[in-house]
Amino acid sequence: MSAVANETVPLASTSRAGELPAGTANGRPPRRRVQRFGAAPSPVVRTVILVLAGILFVGPILAMLEFTFRIGLTGHYGFVHYLAFLHPDGTVDYSPLFQGIINSLTICVITVAIVLVILLPTMLLVELRYPRMRRILEFVCILPITIPSIVLVVGFVPVYRTVASIFGSQAWTLAFAVGIIVLPYAFRPIATNIAAFDLVTLSEAARSLGASWPRVILRVILPNLRRGIVSAIFLTIAVVLGEYTIASFLSQNTFQTALVLLQHGDPYVATIFAVAALLFAFVLLIVIGRLGTGGRKSRKAS
Amino acid sequence: MAPFDLRLPASGTTDFRRTIMEEHVKRTRTVAGLALATAAIAVLSGCSTSSKAASDSSSSSVDAATATSADAFGGMAGLVKAANAEGKLNVITLPPSWANYGKIIAGFEKKYPKIKINSANPDGSSADEVAAAKSQQGQSTAPDVFDIGTAVLDQNLDLMAKYKVSNWADIPADYKDASGTWYYDYTGLMSVGYDSSVIKTAPTSIKDLLGSAYKGKVAIKGDPTQANEAASAVYLAALGNGGSASNIQPGIDFFSSLKQKGNFLSVLPTQATVNSGETPVVLQWSYNNLAWGPAGGSAGNPNWKTVVLKGSALGSYYNQAINKDAPDPAAARLWEEYIYSPAVQNLYLASGAYPATLAAMEKNKTVDAATLAKVGKAPSNFVQLTSDQATAAATKLTAGWSAAVN
Amino acid sequence: MVAIGSTRVAGEARTSSLPRRRRFGVAWLGLTPFAAYVILFLAVPAVIAVASGFFSATGSITFANLAALGDPTIVKAFQGSFLVSIVSALGGAVVGALICFAMLGTRPDGFLRTTIDSASSVLAQFGGVMLAFAFIALIGSQGILSKWILSITGVNINEIGTNGPLLYQVPGLIMPYLYFSIPLMVLTFMPAMEGLKAQWGEAAATLGATRLQFWTKIGMPVLAPAFWGSVLLLFANAFSSYATAAALIDQGGITPLSIKQQLTSETVVGVANVAGVLALGMLVVMVIVMVAYSFLQRRAARWTR
Repeated sequence: MSAVANETVPLASTSRAGELPAGTANGRPPRRRVQRFGAAPSPVVRTVILVLAGILFVGPILAMLEFTFRIGLTGHYGFVHYLAFLHPDGTVDYSPLFQGIINSLTICVITVAIVLVILLPTMLLVELRYPRMRRILEFVCILPITIPSIVLVVGFVPVYRTVASIFGSQAWTLAFAVGIIVLPYAFRPIATNIAAFDLVTLSEAARSLGASWPRVILRVILPNLRRGIVSAIFLTIAVVLGEYTIASFLSQNTFQTALVLLQHGDPYVATIFAVAALLFAFVLLIVIGRLGTGGRKSRKAS
Repeated sequence: MAPFDLRLPASGTTDFRRTIMEEHVKRTRTVAGLALATAAIAVLSGCSTSSKAASDSSSSSVDAATATSADAFGGMAGLVKAANAEGKLNVITLPPSWANYGKIIAGFEKKYPKIKINSANPDGSSADEVAAAKSQQGQSTAPDVFDIGTAVLDQNLDLMAKYKVSNWADIPADYKDASGTWYYDYTGLMSVGYDSSVIKTAPTSIKDLLGSAYKGKVAIKGDPTQANEAASAVYLAALGNGGSASNIQPGIDFFSSLKQKGNFLSVLPTQATVNSGETPVVLQWSYNNLAWGPAGGSAGNPNWKTVVLKGSALGSYYNQAINKDAPDPAAARLWEEYIYSPAVQNLYLASGAYPATLAAMEKNKTVDAATLAKVGKAPSNFVQLTSDQATAAATKLTAGWSAAVN
Repeated sequence: MVAIGSTRVAGEARTSSLPRRRRFGVAWLGLTPFAAYVILFLAVPAVIAVASGFFSATGSITFANLAALGDPTIVKAFQGSFLVSIVSALGGAVVGALICFAMLGTRPDGFLRTTIDSASSVLAQFGGVMLAFAFIALIGSQGILSKWILSITGVNINEIGTNGPLLYQVPGLIMPYLYFSIPLMVLTFMPAMEGLKAQWGEAAATLGATRLQFWTKIGMPVLAPAFWGSVLLLFANAFSSYATAAALIDQGGITPLSIKQQLTSETVVGVANVAGVLALGMLVVMVIVMVAYSFLQRRAARWTR
């Protein structure tokens, strides 16, 4: 293993000491070799790992799909369950499921409002006025990961007795509790985005050019935060739709609790809706991803 | 790209800072004002005692919330009128397939079309009923009536209103509270339901379940430290293994050996698992086993048979009670009158449950003879744990169940 | 036009010439809504949850509930929680790290990377009830994989041992838990992997190191804090999961299920405050784990500077 500092070895080559890179030997440009450096795996290894991982993860989802097409225990397949909830024949009551979906969507809207009206202005205020409070704000927002919802829910039960006496006991009041659970997931994208551009300088520049604060916020800050805000909103929606613990302990009917209830009567339709929810979340998050790269590309262009 | 207008304030640079500050002050003042207002509302509302229940009740001269019988309304007609004025009834934890509640609720809505029934949390337990009553106290969505297990009821007697239905005398004395706080409604018998295409010979004693034919097949309705129905399965096992209502340890030991033999299935049985064959043998109330069988129509398992083991008749009466702070007190009382009418008591019977007024109905010949013949007369060796026995049993279960089946 | 009063040009340093007390006083109120919200719905429930363990059912202060922490069932539940969380954390970390390794060197904007990122985001959230359904459909009693294995090898995986279906036992929880641990690992560890500077690999190759030597002497030591930090995060996530277990297991066996039992039982009544003690126990574990995690994060961040 001799040092080869004096040899003209291309920097990105992984060839062993003393060997000339294949490219120079037979004239073909060493395209694939150049991209590998000391750490990256060979394409074979990469493919094997990713294919195995793919199978591992797609497997259960495919199993769910296969389940939805089964006709009872007969071993045959058909679309009978997809029609079941559209034309219910009266043996199973699907209304809790639809009510649960409506409740969950309502909670989504209110939770997103909490994120946009309470969290976002606070983050902006801290960034603009109290930069030293950033650590505290981050700590507070990450706290719901340390205090899991199963622990918080023990405290929510008595708190919600008071909440119910003020706001009533409809399902939308869950949004207050779910908003806390969502905090870490909404905080992170916005904070990353804020850190990615110099919010303070930009707003100071705008202010010094005579813009009023509303104008600064609307025309300078928010457009730059678009990616973070959209990510936060979509993550909020995904978390709200998947939330089960709080709804279950506070005996409210949301999408997840309705799925569990429905599974006792008709597991096929329950699985159909679970797959649908998963696809929905996947699409949402792909759109975030696209928005991210799209935003970057257009910024480079302008 | 110049998104900002160039506008210099007339008074010069010193005023830049001042203008910034002023606008900032204005904004934060509004925010502060809103925050203070919200906080004030929260504090004030939290301190106030809610009187929504009182304001919701109808403006009749009868205070429905304290009426202890239909006479207070001037008879059934007055009660119906007051209930119609309220227009709704909140029930809780009544699954449609449990003891025919689907038909019972539909029948009530048909008989009193002006009253709409809101059925909340059908999957809930007795503890959920009490939790809902407490957390929604004063709300218009609070439960009006309860169908609740004795253990939880005894802890929450202060939540119940006193009321005696018109045929109060038909309920045996030990099936009700003398002042009308609670009254039994129905009981089932703990039974063994099994898929006859999988288990070819019907079990005759609980010890049969230890046989090899039952490997990986026997399930109970949950965790006995959680659910009354599962606990009752343990009591049944105790009775069949030399124990008694005061000593349920043999029941825990039975399930321990069931587990060791590999016969115990720790899956929660549901109508779906019974249909799919995942849980071929289920110990639960007779009315539930029957509802999941051929009686369940297309959602039932046609091969499902129900058998009450000879020599034991373990039951557990559930209780009807009215919420003291019911948002619809007249409708709640009308519901109780309805439940104890022979028509509905016969509906309970038809599901396989024994209604509380069965003895009186047999005497008055108001019982549906055909249904009674099909279900069978109430057993004479009926066993039900008293509150003290149930408390002792709960202690034994807490101590021993987990070790027995895990 | 421009007043002489200010000696600063507009737009300069913002730590201002204004008296501190004025700035300090007013803008604070802008933080009130968030502060109120967090106090009402995070601080208060957390305190109630933990404090309720110290009150008896009648409302008097007592330490008797702490005895529940010695109860064999509860101890077993904690052990079950630890077992499942540790195994799924370690397993998830190793597999996740392998996947991150496989993604090294791919274009960050490329199709592969964005798809895997999106998929990881979704799958890390795909917990709870829906995950339970997926695994029931896969390896439950009627699961497609169970049937397939049965038809090929004649072995019914759900009848191994005396415990019934795999999935409904506490160790069987490890499978669904791995399913959301691995994507979470990919999400949290990928930035660290990318922090492995290309120059190090190149320098090592230039100096003649084999790839194995690169990994054992450079890569893994550098990544170790981030790796163990991620393991801790995975552990915390698995430890605090409730929904999946609630949908699969009915008989208890992990701490979150024990909390549910204490709060909602209809046979054993009057023990709601024991849930507070269990919540306290869980919280202690979580705090220890998260403190260790942030420490390791700071260690790991050293290499990215």
